[in-house]
Amino acid sequence: MGLLDRQFNNSNVIITSMENLLNWARLSSLWQMQFGLACCAIEMMAAAASNYDFDRFGVIPRATPRQSDVMIVAGTVTLKMASRIKRLYDQMSEPRYVVSMGSCSNCGGPYWEHGYHVLKGVDRVIPVDVYVPGCPPRPEALMEGIIKLQEKIRRESLVKKSA
Amino acid sequence: MPADSTGTADTPLTTSTGRKIRREEMVLNMGPQHPSTHGVLRLELVVDGEIVVDVIPHIGYLHRCFEKHSEAMTNYQQVIPYCDRLDYLASMNMDWAYALAGEKLLGIEVPERVEYIRVIMAELQRIASHLLALGTYGLDVGAFTPFLFMFRDREKILDLFEMTCGARLLYNYIWIGGLSHDIPPDFVTKTKEFCRYFRPNIKEFNDLLTFNEIFIKRTANIGILPADVAVSYACSGPMLRGSGVKFDLRKDDPYGIYDKFEWDVPVGTGEVGTVGDCWDRYMVRMREMEQSLNIIEQAIDRIPEGDVKSAVPRRIRPAAGDVYVRSESPRGEIGFYLVSDGTGSPYRLKARSPAFVNLSVCPEICRGYMIADIVAIVGSVDIVLGEVDR
Repeated sequence: MGLLDRQFNNSNVIITSMENLLNWARLSSLWQMQFGLACCAIEMMAAAASNYDFDRFGVIPRATPRQSDVMIVAGTVTLKMASRIKRLYDQMSEPRYVVSMGSCSNCGGPYWEHGYHVLKGVDRVIPVDVYVPGCPPRPEALMEGIIKLQEKIRRESLVKKSA
Repeated sequence: MPADSTGTADTPLTTSTGRKIRREEMVLNMGPQHPSTHGVLRLELVVDGEIVVDVIPHIGYLHRCFEKHSEAMTNYQQVIPYCDRLDYLASMNMDWAYALAGEKLLGIEVPERVEYIRVIMAELQRIASHLLALGTYGLDVGAFTPFLFMFRDREKILDLFEMTCGARLLYNYIWIGGLSHDIPPDFVTKTKEFCRYFRPNIKEFNDLLTFNEIFIKRTANIGILPADVAVSYACSGPMLRGSGVKFDLRKDDPYGIYDKFEWDVPVGTGEVGTVGDCWDRYMVRMREMEQSLNIIEQAIDRIPEGDVKSAVPRRIRPAAGDVYVRSESPRGEIGFYLVSDGTGSPYRLKARSPAFVNLSVCPEICRGYMIADIVAIVGSVDIVLGEVDR
C-alpha cells in the first residue's frame, strides 16, 4: 500500500486513510479456520507446513470459527456436512471471507454427475470470495487464492462492499 | 490405565466434608469440526465428569458414493481416479489394489518392470502416509515441531511422485495391466538419494518425539487394544500389529513381488507401557518406515528393462464373474470385491476399507479414559475419512 512515510522526515509518523489502515491490518493477518474436509485438506496442511509456509502471509490456522477470519473450504461438501458448514460460517465474526478450495467445493467436481450425496458447490450455502480450481489444487494454487483474496480486501471500502 | 472412577454415575459422590453430590452422565459432541478428529468424524462422547463412559462414532460426513460411481463409469480404468480419492493419503496403494482386482478378473500377467516400480511406489507412498500420520499425531498430543520435520521429508517423496506422473497427491498412476507413465531416467538416482537422506532422519524423529517424556506420558498405557479384541474386530495394519499380532498381507498373502525381498514385520512389544497401547501403534508405523526403506533399496537396483504399457488392455471386457483381492495399505487390509457381468464397466465394486474396520473398535479402547486421551486414541487409529465413508 502506498505509505506516505517517506514524505516526512519524522519516521514515527505515518499518514494514511482509515480505510487503508483497516484493509492493511485485515489482509496481513488472515487467520484461517483449521477445517479440513477431504483430500484438499492434505494440500492445505502441506501449504501450512515447512515447504510452503503459509505463516509468511499471516495465515495461521485457528481451531475455532470465533477466532478466524477466513474459512478455506477444502474438500467435498456432502449434504450432511453442508448444514454444519453453514453453521460454522455463521459463527465466524465479521469481516469474514471464504475461499473455496478444489473442484469439489467449487462445483461438485468429479462427484458432480452421480453424486446423489454431494453439494454441487459450497456457494449454494455460503458466499464464496475466491475459488481455487484443481483436484486437488497445489499449495501454490491455494497461495495464489490467498493473494487474490488479499487483493480483494485491499480494495474494500468502509462505505460500500467491494465487488 | 483407565482413570479411577469410584462408583458409577448413579451412585452419588461423597466429598471430604461428607456432602453427597448428585452425579449424572453428560453427552458431549466432538466433531465434525474438531482440530483433532482427522477429518469430519463426529464422536458422541458419554462422559461422567472427565471420564469417558462410552464413545459412539458417527460417520457419513464425507460419503462420496464411491460404489455408485464405479458402477456408473463406462470403463474399468475410469474407476481408478475414484480409487485415488478413497484413501487420499495412500493413492498408490489404492490404485494397486484395484488394479490387482482388474488383473485377476482378466487374468493378465504384468511385466516384471511394472511389478518392481509398483512395489517402489507403494512403499514410498507408505512412508509418505506414515509421515503424515505420525506428524499429525504429534500435533494431536501437542508437539508441533515433528509435524514440520515430517512434512519436510514427505514433500521429498511427493517430488519423486510428481517427477514420475505429474501429480502430488492423487496420481492415477497404477493402471490395470501396467502404469500410466514409465519412470523418468533420473528417478532411480533420486530415489536412492532420498533413501540415503531419509534413513538418519528416523533417528531424529525418535529423538524428537518417540522417546520424548511428555509424549510417552500421553500415549503409553493409553487405549490398550488386546490382541484377541483386535482379531475379533478384524482390525488390520499397524492397529493389529501394534497389539503384537504378526500379520501383514505382504508376508502372509504375498501379492506383487513382495516375496522376493527380505524385510521384517514390526509388531508392538509394549516397550514403554502395555502391548497394544497408543505408543505401540505409533512405534509400529515408525519401524515400518525403516522396513519400507529396506524394500525400496532392494528393489531400486533390480528394476529390469521393459515396456510398462505392454500389458495394458486396449479394451477391458472381462467374462462374467467376481473376484476379491486384498492388499496391505498403510492402514491395513484394503480389499476390492469386483463383480463383472460381461460388459465394459463394473457391475458392482465393494471396497473393504481398513480404516472403517479399525474405527469400529474405537468404543472398545476409549472407555474409561479421560477426554484428552480420546484425542490420542483416535489419532493412533489413523483414520482417513475418505475411506471410512467411501
